[in-house]
Amino acid sequence: MIDQNKESNNQDNLVFEVRDLAKIYKMGEVEVHALRGANLELFSKELIVLLGPSGSGKSTLLNILGGLDTATSGFVSYRGRNLTAATETELTEYRRFHVGFVFQFYNLIPSLTALENVAVVTEIARDPMKPEDALALVGLTERLDHFPAQLSGGEQQRVAIARAISKNPEVMLCDEPTGALDSQTGVVVLEALERVNRELGTATAIITHNVDIAAMADRVIHLSNGRISEVAVNKVRKSPSEIQW
Amino acid sequence: MKGQVFAITLVVISGVATFIMFITTMHSLDLTRNSFYRDYNFADVFVNLKRAPESLKEKIKEVPGVNQVETRVSAYVKLDISGFPEPVTGHIISVPDDGPPLLNNLYIRKGRLADPAKDNEVVINETFAHAHGFNLGDQFAAIINGKWKKLTITGIVLSPEFVLVMRPFAMSPDFKRYGILWMSRKAVSKAYNMEGAFNDVVLTLERGAKVNDVLRELDNIVDRYGGFGAYARKDQLSHRMLNEEFNMLRNMSKIFPTIFICVAAFLLNVVMSRTINTQREQIAALKAFGYDNFAIGVHYAQLVVLIILAGLVIGIVAGIWLGGMLGGIYMEVYRFPSLAFILKPWVIVAAIVISIASALVGTLHSLWRAAKQPPAEAMRPEPPAKYQITLLEKMGIGRALSQPTRIIARNIERKPVRTLLSIIGIAVACATMISSGFFKDSVDYMVNVQFVLSQKEDMAVGFIEPTSYRALYEIKEMEGVHYAEAFRTVPVKLKFGRASYKTVINGIEPDSLLHPLLDTNLKPVVLPQEGIIINDYLGEILGVKAGDMLTVEALEGSKTIRQVPVVALVKLYLGVMGYMDMKALNRLMKEGDAVSGIYLTADSQYQEKLYRSFVNMPRVSGTIVRKNEIRNFYDVQAKGMLFFTFIATLMAGSISIGVVYNNARIALSERSRELSSLRVLGYTRGEISYILLGELAFIVLAAIPLGFLIGYALCGYIAAALQSDLFRIPLVIELKTFALAALVVLASALISGLIVRHKLDHLDLVEVLKTRE
Ligand SMILES: Nc1ncnc2c1ncn2[C@@H]1O[C@H](COP(=O)(O)OP(=O)(O)OP(=O)(O)O)[C@@H](O)[C@H]1O
Ligand SMILES: [Mg+2]
Repeated sequence: MIDQNKESNNQDNLVFEVRDLAKIYKMGEVEVHALRGANLELFSKELIVLLGPSGSGKSTLLNILGGLDTATSGFVSYRGRNLTAATETELTEYRRFHVGFVFQFYNLIPSLTALENVAVVTEIARDPMKPEDALALVGLTERLDHFPAQLSGGEQQRVAIARAISKNPEVMLCDEPTGALDSQTGVVVLEALERVNRELGTATAIITHNVDIAAMADRVIHLSNGRISEVAVNKVRKSPSEIQW
Repeated sequence: MKGQVFAITLVVISGVATFIMFITTMHSLDLTRNSFYRDYNFADVFVNLKRAPESLKEKIKEVPGVNQVETRVSAYVKLDISGFPEPVTGHIISVPDDGPPLLNNLYIRKGRLADPAKDNEVVINETFAHAHGFNLGDQFAAIINGKWKKLTITGIVLSPEFVLVMRPFAMSPDFKRYGILWMSRKAVSKAYNMEGAFNDVVLTLERGAKVNDVLRELDNIVDRYGGFGAYARKDQLSHRMLNEEFNMLRNMSKIFPTIFICVAAFLLNVVMSRTINTQREQIAALKAFGYDNFAIGVHYAQLVVLIILAGLVIGIVAGIWLGGMLGGIYMEVYRFPSLAFILKPWVIVAAIVISIASALVGTLHSLWRAAKQPPAEAMRPEPPAKYQITLLEKMGIGRALSQPTRIIARNIERKPVRTLLSIIGIAVACATMISSGFFKDSVDYMVNVQFVLSQKEDMAVGFIEPTSYRALYEIKEMEGVHYAEAFRTVPVKLKFGRASYKTVINGIEPDSLLHPLLDTNLKPVVLPQEGIIINDYLGEILGVKAGDMLTVEALEGSKTIRQVPVVALVKLYLGVMGYMDMKALNRLMKEGDAVSGIYLTADSQYQEKLYRSFVNMPRVSGTIVRKNEIRNFYDVQAKGMLFFTFIATLMAGSISIGVVYNNARIALSERSRELSSLRVLGYTRGEISYILLGELAFIVLAAIPLGFLIGYALCGYIAAALQSDLFRIPLVIELKTFALAALVVLASALISGLIVRHKLDHLDLVEVLKTRE
């Protein structure tokens, strides 16, 4: 049921492999099953969209993929490396060199300018872009010296994207990147993400509540109740500018 | 917030505890002293003279203002205590034959007064008894008027006149080598051929009597009987030393609690404004429910009061406990029948009012903001913090900075006032620590100047009366004596205009090797061929300057009155005295080549033999051994010093922990979001710790040099506040005191840092991603 694109996505291109992933949050007596045996693969150059009702486990899955959280059981590998068995130090290193994150609330450093917010990452990355180039990719050449508080939500999110791509990551993990934005601004942000995926070939996973956005993906993964309930393949990816909501 | 409240409470506790400790110790000592004085009829005026007939007593009684009068016979004697081969001096005072003294009555700790019918019974003061382990029935010998006499102890007593037992002009009490002996009047009179006569008068005054008038009148009356000048209670040694202690306690009870209360108010301010910031939405909700501004203000004020109250309760209990301890330390030196411990209600009220009031004043601004905030505004998220490129970066260093360093710099620059106050807070902790070390350093320094640099003799031998210069040659001839020098001291009254002061003039041999007069720069003072040199403190008291003519009235011997030019004022640490070339002094006294005593150095193996022979020399009134004096000085001071250092370290530690920890926690709560974000981006724990702890490190490192400065100033203030005619405290702070202060601050910063670091290691990364700031 998982991938119908097997011919084009051989083992070499496999970025993530997720097997029977489960996550249980214990809150005192109560156990919350955030993930109940999810199975998934993500290939390089691919752009996937994760859809599902609130509480279905999307963020939990993405956080485990990004090395921010650990699974209760199951197995996740990243390019053949077992993430589920990784230590805290290894996970930190993994995030540092391989993953680009974009979150709903941007998570920029308020005391640093746009340029410096990107430099925060390039300073510690291997073989990064120049921060200016990363910001140029998201169309923010004019706002390099502005502090987050001086930027609009969309602009802040584009800084976050620039920050994520500046390290030339293998994967981009985006949790509701347009969640806090209006549709016009959202499109600009999605265009930036799409461009990075297309031009740099970065494997990208985007969580969204917006079904229309699914049209820009190669594959659309539906989650419900901690499981992957459906995977749909788009024959043709729509460009974000064609999407309206 | 728990940890922060604890840290603030700690500071409040320290403030309240030190306040209560100093004040109650002072009050308790004061009360104890007053009731001892009252119950045992402490005299108001004291007169010493050579010899007067008992009939003079009636004349003294007639002086207007005089109430009760008691005459006594007193004398200084050498004591010979078996098993203690060192010079010991006793001060014999007569007790009336018909019962206990009328004035300066004795509190009998053990035994009974001497039987007037027996001439070999003696009552001794308690510290002297303890120092030698004497008990009732024990015996020791005294050389009374040249005769060796065995005395039996019948009582151990305390006297309001000798709450502190200290040899006149000594630097510190020496319980082993100086004791007070009370014997029957009959026995003493007989031994000194003083039957029907006296040489010592004590008296009380009527209410409203003018002390100075009485003193003048008394001086007139006893003048022809060889009066050494009447003096009032305020110049009585034991009383004066107690007053010095009270002065010190009073100053301490002001300085240190003030520091603490300010620090506590500042910490509360920081914590409260942060709390109110994070609770803006709840505040808005409460207002929406209909709570009015006043109710909101009161709610937060209650929180402040609650925190203070916890500190108050513990602080008061701790203060009482410490006060008891400090009182106990005082009681080892200052002897009262018992220490009445009192805690005046107003002290508690003052502690409560002062701490709560200053806490509320400190938090007024935040409380006000909480109260007046319109609900609608509070519902909106707080406007984003404004950051800017720091000055430092604009100056061109920017390029070189890493992003985490930039974050540190900008956070510091964004809250300049808070950063500055934090720096000041920690600096004050550092200063407190320095001030405690300062006491030890200055005492060490004084001891060094006084005992090591300007008293190079091994022994000082004093004569009963001014003696011919020949005595010097005799002593030089004694076996084991290396070198000897004579000295002359004359008790005098110095007058200038309307001011007068009773002291002594020290006549020193020019170019003295053993006893050079050193000023505060440790330069030897060159004594002029004619004229007098006085120290600046005495100059101030008398209002004289170099070139003025001083009236010198000798209080012994010929009792000459002369005019002497003041040649110079010099700065000296100890005492209030005049200094003259010995020859010039003798010319002034018209007494030929008289000497009052001899300084000598001796072979160590002959020392014991030497003071044996001094004990047996009738002319010699006493011998002081320098190394005993130093050791004893430290013995007496040691416990108090240790206690004070202990208290100060606790205080400094609690302030710096309080300030550093609070800063760390506030910084953590303000920055946990960006720190987590950085962790998400792949920063290691160490790298994000750098951002938070770097800021703290900056504050602490900036605070230390400032603390050194404040500490220096504080010590200067303390030195000035505590200067008295007994001594001026030199402003000397050893390098190691600075180092220790810095160390205590760094250690407490480190502890706070480690606690925060521990929290940093357990940041919930996912949590911050879910919420908007
Ligand atoms: N830290 C946590 N402690 C307890 N339960 C949690 C925690 N985080 C998530 N959950 C629970 O796990 C389940 C899945 O949460 P998750 O955040 O993955 O959902 P989601 O699909 O991202 O939802 P949304 O679309 O609302 O963001 C939810 O029921 C949630 O309540
Ligand atoms: Mg989610």
